[in-house]
Amino acid sequence: MSGRQEYTVTSGKVVDLKAQLLKQGLAVESAQVPAGPVLYLEVLADDWGRVARVAVDLELRWSAVWGEHHSPQLLVTSLIAGCDGHILLRTMVSENQSRLPSQTPYFPAANRPERHLQDMFGVQFVDHPDGRRWIRHQGWAEGEFPLRKDFPVAGNPAAETPPDCSYTFEPVTGEGVYEVPVGPVHAGIIEPGHFRFQAIGEDMLYLEEHLGYVHKGIEKLAEGRDLAGLARLAGRISGDSSVGHCWAACQAAERALGVEVPARALYLRAIMAERERIANHIGDIGAICNDVGFTFALVQGSKIRERWQRNNATVFGHRLLMDRIIPGGVCCDIDPSYMPTLRAEIIEVRAEVEELMPMLLEYPSLQDRLRTTGILSPPYPPYDTLEVEVPAYIDGDVAKRTRVRGDEILISLTLLENLLENLPAGELMVDCHNTGAECDGVGLIEGWRGEIVAYLRLDADGKVLRYFPRDPSWLNWPALEELIHNNIVPDFPVCNKSVNGSYSGQDL
Amino acid sequence: MLSILNKIRRTGHLTEAVEADEQVVKLGKACQREIAVSFGGSLAIRMVDAGSCNGCELEMHAVNNSFYDIERYGIHFVASPRHADMLLVTGVVSRHMQAALKRTYAAVPAPKLVVAMGDCAANGGEFGVSYASCGAVENVIPVDAVIPGCPPTPLQLLQGILTLLQKKP
Repeated sequence: MSGRQEYTVTSGKVVDLKAQLLKQGLAVESAQVPAGPVLYLEVLADDWGRVARVAVDLELRWSAVWGEHHSPQLLVTSLIAGCDGHILLRTMVSENQSRLPSQTPYFPAANRPERHLQDMFGVQFVDHPDGRRWIRHQGWAEGEFPLRKDFPVAGNPAAETPPDCSYTFEPVTGEGVYEVPVGPVHAGIIEPGHFRFQAIGEDMLYLEEHLGYVHKGIEKLAEGRDLAGLARLAGRISGDSSVGHCWAACQAAERALGVEVPARALYLRAIMAERERIANHIGDIGAICNDVGFTFALVQGSKIRERWQRNNATVFGHRLLMDRIIPGGVCCDIDPSYMPTLRAEIIEVRAEVEELMPMLLEYPSLQDRLRTTGILSPPYPPYDTLEVEVPAYIDGDVAKRTRVRGDEILISLTLLENLLENLPAGELMVDCHNTGAECDGVGLIEGWRGEIVAYLRLDADGKVLRYFPRDPSWLNWPALEELIHNNIVPDFPVCNKSVNGSYSGQDL
Repeated sequence: MLSILNKIRRTGHLTEAVEADEQVVKLGKACQREIAVSFGGSLAIRMVDAGSCNGCELEMHAVNNSFYDIERYGIHFVASPRHADMLLVTGVVSRHMQAALKRTYAAVPAPKLVVAMGDCAANGGEFGVSYASCGAVENVIPVDAVIPGCPPTPLQLLQGILTLLQKKP
């Protein structure tokens, strides 16, 4: 597509962060490094906020935080990204004296993830700008922390969990200001969540999201599972990102155990990941347009998507490609007789998208504002040997966000051709043997929404001690609250759809 | 604008193409007959995601695409439970959605049907009962039919609705 206005994402390097933190005495190196392409440092609890300040000064990106309960300690790990890769920072607080400086003052992205940690582990972030609970509604009592090891998976629930009426929303007052509560049950075929709008006339002043309605206890349920069970669970964190989450979890496990996945399996994983990306992008392009009443695009988008998913079922055995990735490899192969179909399909979809996108981009109602995002992680196999173009635009509006999806479809189609062309022969999987010792690893997969992070700690028997999946939606949802300012209430659906956060992926 | 009209003309009627798919048509027409008898030709469904991974929602969207187009058989999705004949519930019922599901159920005028779609809604699936989840839908509201599958395909969804309609006295 012509006329692309390139947007270069500036970012510092994590090696510089490591050097600075060591120089300033804010962190120390450790012999016990989690497996994965990540740097690793240990930090004193008192310095937890200071290290974030150094990171933000270096223009690094905050990616995730998670906890672990090793009684009587709570481990807290942050993942920070730069243009050269990732660094893990880990600190430790006592379970009884669990006060920790917050990183949110430096990285707003840490806001909800830290509150998740507060609700699930009882870590108290002392200078957090928002002390409200986040993931906990009324499902368990204040002072109970489901991810502590002494909390039973069954919990102690009431026969009937009351609705969460006591959550306080930021009040907006003034003459003519009114409030619209929306959800958790929405009008369409969509996941549940609550939105609170404050508006004057048609103009939206403020939007606040209240999520956590589909919290299913995924992190707790993972504990004690074997790797096959973990992969099944990971594939159901967010059904639209089944391949991405499953791959990230398996990648974390394979790194932790030092398992080398066969080249053919890696290629098949990548083929399925690109198919997942294209299915969601094409479906969403149609759905975004439909939210401003342009049904033509919805019909066209769902047409391509349906044919695509039927081929998923024919070639790979599942319309959404669930449970195709297993620890150590994949459990499906492409029958050679399907190769011509797959190649023809790419050519057909490319022609469709190249025809459709210019039509859609001429449609004026898509010009709502959206904040610019878009940073790509360093590549992992097999992408390390493939050229991947990353489209990004300066304008952060819905139209440009839709256009990025269109661009990515075309790039992804080329990748698919490349992957099919060079699909190596060989094994589809290897056994994931226990190492006989506790181990941990980090998985990082570029899903269609963005970077998916999986942290995994296994015990000596290869059973899950701790699994934390970080869906990109954790970082995308807050953007919706920002980009909605100065829009009119009727544009909320299209703004929301253009971000398309996963409720299930963030509620866990 | 011309290019758009042209594209519409060239796309043609996808739904007709699927008329060749006997299964969809057979199931759809059978549904239509039952709906004509019991619901005056129109079955209104309110869906509730009570704790799904959103996989079931994707397939629910699919039954509305041009290939299946289930509205042609009189089945349509409505925004309010007060307009619904049937609740189609996906996912385990998370504890945080328990009250919302019960309230939605109460808002559907009687007589009402409840269908639990997908393995999670049918039997707890991958998530089961825990501190965070009530498990299967029948643990929270009465269920008339379950549609297994993870997620059920559009055809399985259609088949499930038909089975329930035929079972109805």
